[in-house]
Formats: sequence, C-alpha cells, structure tokens
Amino acid sequence: MKISPLLTLTALLALAFALATSLASRADGWSQRTKSNNVFGMMFGDGRKLFANHFFTMADVYFHSGYYPSIFDKNAGEQKEIISASHGKKETEEDEKNEDFLGKPKDWIDAFGRRFRITQHMHLESGNEREMLPWLRLAADLDPQKIETYTVGAFFLREHLGRTNEAEAFLREGLRNNPDSCEILFELGRLYHESSHDPDRARNVWELGVKKFLRLKPEEQKEGKIVIDELLVNLARLEDEAGNFEQAINWFHAAQKVSPNPDALQLQIDAIQKKLAASRPAPSPK
Amino acid sequence: MNKIIALAGVVLKELYRRKDFYVLFVLTALLTVAAGAVNFFHDDKIIRYVKDICLLLIWVSALVIAIVTTARQIPAEREARTIFPLLAKPVSRGQVIAGKFLGCWLATGVALVVFYFFFAIITGSHEHIWPWALYFQALWLQWFMLAIVIALVVLGSIYFAAPSSTSTISFIAVVGLLGLGSHLRTIALQQPEPMQFILTLIYFCMPHLEWFDLRDFVVYDQSLVPWLDVALATIYAAIWTGIFLLLAWLGFRRKNLTT
Repeated sequence: MKISPLLTLTALLALAFALATSLASRADGWSQRTKSNNVFGMMFGDGRKLFANHFFTMADVYFHSGYYPSIFDKNAGEQKEIISASHGKKETEEDEKNEDFLGKPKDWIDAFGRRFRITQHMHLESGNEREMLPWLRLAADLDPQKIETYTVGAFFLREHLGRTNEAEAFLREGLRNNPDSCEILFELGRLYHESSHDPDRARNVWELGVKKFLRLKPEEQKEGKIVIDELLVNLARLEDEAGNFEQAINWFHAAQKVSPNPDALQLQIDAIQKKLAASRPAPSPK
Repeated sequence: MNKIIALAGVVLKELYRRKDFYVLFVLTALLTVAAGAVNFFHDDKIIRYVKDICLLLIWVSALVIAIVTTARQIPAEREARTIFPLLAKPVSRGQVIAGKFLGCWLATGVALVVFYFFFAIITGSHEHIWPWALYFQALWLQWFMLAIVIALVVLGSIYFAAPSSTSTISFIAVVGLLGLGSHLRTIALQQPEPMQFILTLIYFCMPHLEWFDLRDFVVYDQSLVPWLDVALATIYAAIWTGIFLLLAWLGFRRKNLTT
C-alpha cells in the first residue's frame, strides 16, 4: 500500500499539534529555568552565577585599569578592592606594597614581556569609574542574589559619579531581589544620609537593617558582624548629629559588643557624655 | 622573488573571493554595534567595554582567518593536483612555502587594517580622540604575531593529514601559548622536580605570543610601548617565523606528494 507523502506530513503535523496541546501544561513544571524572569536565567540556569562572578571581577579589573593578578599570581584570591573601597577604606602604602603581585622579573623573558603589559598600579578616577558599570549591571542581571554588586555599584554611582537617583534605583532593585539584605539597607541609609541629606529616612532604613539582622540565624549573624557594626556606629553618629545623645550612647554601647575595636568607640561615648552633661542645666543653688 | 609574489597574489585573491572574511567582519561589526547600543545607567560616555569586546572579536577573527586560510593552502593544492603543474613551472618547493606564507600573511594584514579602521571609527566617534600611534603599534604587533602563527600552521599543514586537524591543533597551540605563555614560569616554580625543569625548558623554548597583545594598552588608554621594544619584538617574531618556515621547508622538501 502506498501512502501519499502529503498525507504522512499532514498526519505528523496533526500528531505534533495534539501532543503539544497536552504536553504544554506539563512542560511548565519540568524546569525552573523557563520561569526565570530574566533572559540570562532562561539561557544559562544556575550556571549564570559563574558568569556573574567573572563580570564582577571584570569590574575590579577595570577599577585597577588592567593591573590585576591572574589566577597564577600570589594575590589572586584576595578580597576585591572595589568592595573595600565601597566600605570607605583608603589604600595605605602597605596595601600598595602588597598589591605588587608581579615582584621582581624572574628572567629576561619576564622582564622583556613586562614592556607589553600594564605594570603600573592605578585606580579609575575623575569620572572614569563609570567604565566599571556595564560589568556590574551584567553581574546583577546574571546573579540578582549577589549583594555586593548592588552595594558596590550604588557606591560608585553616588560617591564618584554623583548619580544619586540611579544609585537609589539600583539599590531598590537589589532590595526587591534580596528583601532581607542588611548590606543593601546600610548602603541605602548611607545614600539618604550622605547624598540626600535626609537623616530621618536614613534612620528608618538603618533601624530596619538592625531589625533584619536580629532576625537572622546565629551563624548568619556571626558572618555579618561587619555590617551590624557599620549599621550601629552610623546610627549612633546620626543620633549624635541630631542631638539625641542618649540614643547615640545606646547605639554605641550596642556597637561595642560586635566591634573589633570597642576602645575607640568608648572614646566617642565619653565625648558624647561630656556633651550630654554640658547640655543639661546646672542644678540651681539652694 | 617574483614567483613568491605571484604565488602570494593568488592567495590574496582567494581571500577576497571566499566569504570567511566578510562573515567574520560583519559578525564583529554587528556584535560591536549591538554592545555599543546598550545603555547602562543612562550614561552614554561608557566606552571601554565596547573597545574590549571589539578587540577580542578582532583577535578571534584574525586568528580564524589566519589559521583556516593557511591550513588549507598546501593540502588543497595536493588534493586538486595543481601542485604538480605549479612545481613544473619551475617553482621550487621553498618558493611554494614562502609564497603561501607571504600570501596568507598579507591577506591577514589587509583584514587587520579593515578591522582596526572599523575599531577606530567606532571608538573615535564616542571618545573623539584618535590615538593612531597606539592603534598602529597594536596592529603591527598583532600582525607579526600572526606571522608566527601562519608559519606554524604552514608547518602543521605539511605534517598533519587534513586541514581540519591542522586548524584544530593550531588553535589549541596558539590559545595555549597566548594564555599560559607569561605564567608558565610561575607555574614551573611551584612544581617539584623534574616537572619544574621540563616546564622551565618549555618556557624558554616556546614562542612568546603574549608579548604581541596590546589590547590592554588600547582599552585602558595607556601610553605607547617604547618603539625600540616594538622593534625588538618584531625581530623576535621574524626569527620564530623563520624557524617554522625552515622546518616546514625541510619537511616539504622530502614530502612524497603523490600519496
């Protein structure tokens, strides 16, 4: 019996159509990938996080203008400098020395090869920090749960490029993706305090950060000691500036419990206590 | 010399008749323009990532053109049996090697000029600066790096059975040389003997292609590489090219072309 090719084709198309209608609803449950709300999630699945780390590193490479250790060099595993810069850490001479990962040339080939690679350690400045932004944007798209991307990106947008609105929008995006992040709330508070000069909003955001921190599990709290220290110290300073000295002292006392340097905080408490004593009316002579 | 130039002319004509270059150029242009069209945080002054992507594409495209074009030259002549009338002209086997090398090298040079011109237009239209001297150094050194690669592929095409295997092995070798070249000594120093000795020996004996990569200088707006160093690197490339071509000629001289 001969079957017409046209008939076979029609039968196959009908079969494909019938299968598609019954399989479409089931296929939705097969993979989480198709439910992803961004194109990278759909394309790469969880593998996108690897690319996100690479792009975040690229931002750090750009920050150093190409002077960057490879995986074979001794400083390869160190913390990214864009992170420490976003925490306000200024580079010392010691740091500068430590970052000389090249050392002395090992031989004439190495010495000659250095003429064709960047050997001078310098950072982006004068608005050129903007060149890091594409990599941070891509890192955030690829891994929306990578919190440093938002805090670092917002810091450079706000502090070096004067783009407060974009910084706030980026942090808000980060907060939508990571609603319990104390780090993002801390950076948002800094933005309101230092750039928008709005201490009330800064206070609200930082206090929310402290509440979120207290809700974390004990092991997560241990890892987040730096951020709680920053939140408490900044809240204390904010209250000090606002003239709420007693509240400032309370925050400093709380910060002393987590700070690596409680003695320095004690000096600040002493200074506020002096201000508090001076502000109280002297007892009237009887 | 006229015979070598005539042979090179044929290879050059082949490049613009084939579609490899056009496809790669259009792909590079499309990807670069698409990358440049993306707006990050409403800032239209951001350009370095576009330079980075464009230069990476130029490097990949140039390597593909150089390796693929070179790998098929001698095997194609043998397969089509046009090698026999060519050698009967008379053209010596050494002249065939030199002519094929020169043709492929000039062809990649022409392709590089087009690629870099496009790169200069794209970046210049954003930055309004034209560091021609730095672009020239980057192009020059890349072209001489490709001379070593082309000579290596000519050598490979004498010994390997098919253009596909020559291309694949050459790609792996070149990517390995570019990626590990400057780090091999560091890796060697961390190894126990005798691995340390073997890796150190390889490090000193291999061609250091990584010297010829000035992409970072262009992307990060660095000052020029001293011209004397460029000249020394050029001589270094010429020596390695000579070594590979000589080895290719030695192999081709004794090669039975009928099998």
